Amino acid sequence: MPKPRFRARSLFLIAYLVFAMLPIYWMTMMSFKTNEDILSSFSLWPQHFTWANYHTILTDPSWYSGYINSMIYVAINMAISIVVALPAAYAFSRYSFLGDKHLFFWLLTNRMTPVAVFLLPFFQLYTTLGLMDTHIAVALAHLVFNVPLAVWILEGFMSGVPREIDETAYIDGYSFPHFFVRIFLPLIKAGVGVAAFFCFMFSWVELLLARTLTSVNAKPIAAVMTRTVSASGMDWAVLAAAGVLTIVPGAIVIWFVRHYIAKGFAMGRV
Amino acid sequence: MARIDLDLAHAYRPNPRRDDDYALLPLKMHFDDGGAYALLGPSGCGKTTMLNLISGLLTPSQGHVKFDGRDVTGSTPQQRNIAQVFQFPVIYDTMTVAQNLAFPLRNRRVADERIRQRVGRIAEMLELSAQLDQRAAGLAADAKQKISLGRGLVREDVSAVLFDEPLTVIDPHLKWQLRRKLKQIHQELKLTLVYVTHDQVEALTFADQVVVMTRGRTVQIGSAEELFERPSHTFVGHFIGSPGMNFLAARWDGQAVEVAGHRLRIATDAAPLAAAGEFTLGVRPEYVSLTEAGDPTALPAQVVQLQDVGTYRLLTARVGEQMLRARLDPELPASGRGDRVWLKVTGAHTCYYGRDDRLLASADQPAVEQAR
Amino acid sequence: MKTVNQKAWWLVLPVVICVAFSAVLPLMTVVNYSVQDIISPTRHVFVGTEWFAAVLRDEELHGALWRQLGFSFAVLAVEIPLGIALALAMPASGWKASAVLVVVALSLLIPWNVVGTIWQIYGRADIGLLGYALTQLGFNYNYTGKPLDAWLTVLVMDVWHWTPLVALLAYAGLRSIPDAYYQAARIDGASKLAVFRYIQLPKMRGVLMIAVLLRFMDSFMIYTEPFVLTGGGPGNSTTFLSQYLTQKAVGQFDVGPAAAFSLIYFLIILLLCFVLYNWMLRVGSGETEAPHA
Repeated sequence: MPKPRFRARSLFLIAYLVFAMLPIYWMTMMSFKTNEDILSSFSLWPQHFTWANYHTILTDPSWYSGYINSMIYVAINMAISIVVALPAAYAFSRYSFLGDKHLFFWLLTNRMTPVAVFLLPFFQLYTTLGLMDTHIAVALAHLVFNVPLAVWILEGFMSGVPREIDETAYIDGYSFPHFFVRIFLPLIKAGVGVAAFFCFMFSWVELLLARTLTSVNAKPIAAVMTRTVSASGMDWAVLAAAGVLTIVPGAIVIWFVRHYIAKGFAMGRV
Repeated sequence: MARIDLDLAHAYRPNPRRDDDYALLPLKMHFDDGGAYALLGPSGCGKTTMLNLISGLLTPSQGHVKFDGRDVTGSTPQQRNIAQVFQFPVIYDTMTVAQNLAFPLRNRRVADERIRQRVGRIAEMLELSAQLDQRAAGLAADAKQKISLGRGLVREDVSAVLFDEPLTVIDPHLKWQLRRKLKQIHQELKLTLVYVTHDQVEALTFADQVVVMTRGRTVQIGSAEELFERPSHTFVGHFIGSPGMNFLAARWDGQAVEVAGHRLRIATDAAPLAAAGEFTLGVRPEYVSLTEAGDPTALPAQVVQLQDVGTYRLLTARVGEQMLRARLDPELPASGRGDRVWLKVTGAHTCYYGRDDRLLASADQPAVEQAR
Repeated sequence: MKTVNQKAWWLVLPVVICVAFSAVLPLMTVVNYSVQDIISPTRHVFVGTEWFAAVLRDEELHGALWRQLGFSFAVLAVEIPLGIALALAMPASGWKASAVLVVVALSLLIPWNVVGTIWQIYGRADIGLLGYALTQLGFNYNYTGKPLDAWLTVLVMDVWHWTPLVALLAYAGLRSIPDAYYQAARIDGASKLAVFRYIQLPKMRGVLMIAVLLRFMDSFMIYTEPFVLTGGGPGNSTTFLSQYLTQKAVGQFDVGPAAAFSLIYFLIILLLCFVLYNWMLRVGSGETEAPHA
């Protein structure tokens, strides 16, 4: 029942939404200008609307390869994280075993460790393994924080499924793999969605490791963007367009899992 | 303590056209001051809607609600002075039991001394005195429900106490204790109580008058005995009783009542039945008994199953295409599967229902009026 | 109840391998480096705790540490109340709820360097809305030249970036409160403030604690965004711990001290982690009430 008092809240909400969107709007708007336009006059919207910047990115391999590289290692990482985390989460949820609490805690510490701590060792490790500048290197490196996160989230959702379902399946004669894939997984669909979302999120946004472990072949878009200086100065327009394009996958992913996000956060396992 | 009058309907949409559009079909009823009522019915029948309309958490889409003759349709729950107990205990975690009970009074700026007295009295009534200074969050579910109830009772001018399936989370062996406590409170404080439940045992033991509802409609209002002996609708016959009433398709063959090819002698006035032509015969398993072959009030049947339930035996038998159940004395000799028996169905307790499922006739009186 | 089953280790093994590969090996390397002086690729000298002592005496490190603590506390002081207020303002259901959710969550999914870039542009007086507006209003705003401006900009950027996390956690906590509580409060005649104080805040306590710990730890480790925005400057006024460490390790190849500091850094985080873990267990086991879904 809307009452006059609520107007204060709505105003606050609108004010925040404006605060949140303004910088993004600004960058988006800049992406439709040319460099001359940007540097010459200050205006709130493009004087000469142009798609040229996006065109540049989508046709210049050094740009779009950045996106593709990022997507590749994020996808690899998501896949490995989830696949590896599922059985482990099941174990934590259903069984108690020697050292289980300590193991869980150790996983948590990995999620929390400053990435800077791993920088040098990773650099040397992957150089030794000959995996420098590959997608798999970044995907593996990101496992450090994504696997614990995935185990966590999945364990939370799995604990919400009554044990009776497992028992009934065994009585009915299902083998474990069959039961897991056919019966259990569909029940925790939301959990897999939330875990995948967070794995995507943290891998997609991470810069330090991704930049350190790559140089040319697997260079992520983040690294490409930090080197957009040409002889004529910063290529602001293209940079802005590149920035906008990095937001798009994120927005799409949020939209798809929007109903599950609240549930994932509710378990406090971010 | 107040008399509550309802003359309303509640629809999901602004312009309801069909019955389905209504959460509560138009009704008119009253709750006497100081009476204990139960709203009984299956999920979705509208009982919680009715409760919320009484409490003011919901405003009817048409019609009005009156407390002691005063129109309160636009008033808030606080203004109506009602108390409500929900399905699960609602308490303020950060407060002690005493602070919880005192909260409604503090919000009304009642004097401290008065608050202390009142809280003490209610706590005693609910047997919570020993726990007054404990943190409410740490108590068991039944204690928490008592606190929820106490917060409602602590206000002296409370007009009615409403319960929305309050025993749902209580352990079974504690349920009857709480029910008994509620009855005690009713007798002592003489408040108007309205209790929503889908459990007939709860309803029948708690209330003086039970309102049976289904699909947005109040079907019958009456005492436990009335509902049992003379259900005015097949739904009531079916819902009340365990197991519910037997229903047999019957017709008037020109001279007598006929069921599955057999004529039966009936104990009521035959005129409404003759007028109806086709109708349903309703008789509770408690009143179906074994009898000799050829009894004019009985039907031949074939035994399908005989279950020993402890205090009685439940006989399930087939009459033609229809099934019939009887509650039998465990002392009698048992019948086996396939045996042919004669079951007495018509008598003083048999009711007859028309095609609209409403009562046509029964032994003591002719057609009884449906829900007031 | 959970059944005891040691064979469960087989299920956990893949995770252990992955994480050990990514974490234990590197960590051992770090420990190795922290106690050695690597004069050349072939000459290593064991120096015991010398690097640790040197690190703890390092003035620049102290500076970075204080700046970091100041930053983290400022971040918490702003983001927690703001996040709660935002969660209270967000609609509970309907299409508006989904739309607001997407807009609010958007900043969380922007690659951190892009966040830095956005604010880098936004804050410039010549091409950025914020910089331009502030200059027009008469402020001499310059985040590359003036330390205070740089600080404030980094702070506002972090608030813009991460408040949604607090808000979403608080929002989830709020949504889990059943309607009956609000109805009972209405019946009890409680004021809006009382509802917030006695119902909403207690129910959000679990998720809020997690928000506080997460934000503190994440802000303690922040690197990318300030790096892109100010590069740690002007001077070293916005050089926080992670950047200092990275400079030492990768920039100057002072491996020994860098490794020693890494371990200290790690231990601080570990301690905080422990607190977080215990708190999460309390939330998870339903120390707060478990109402019906």
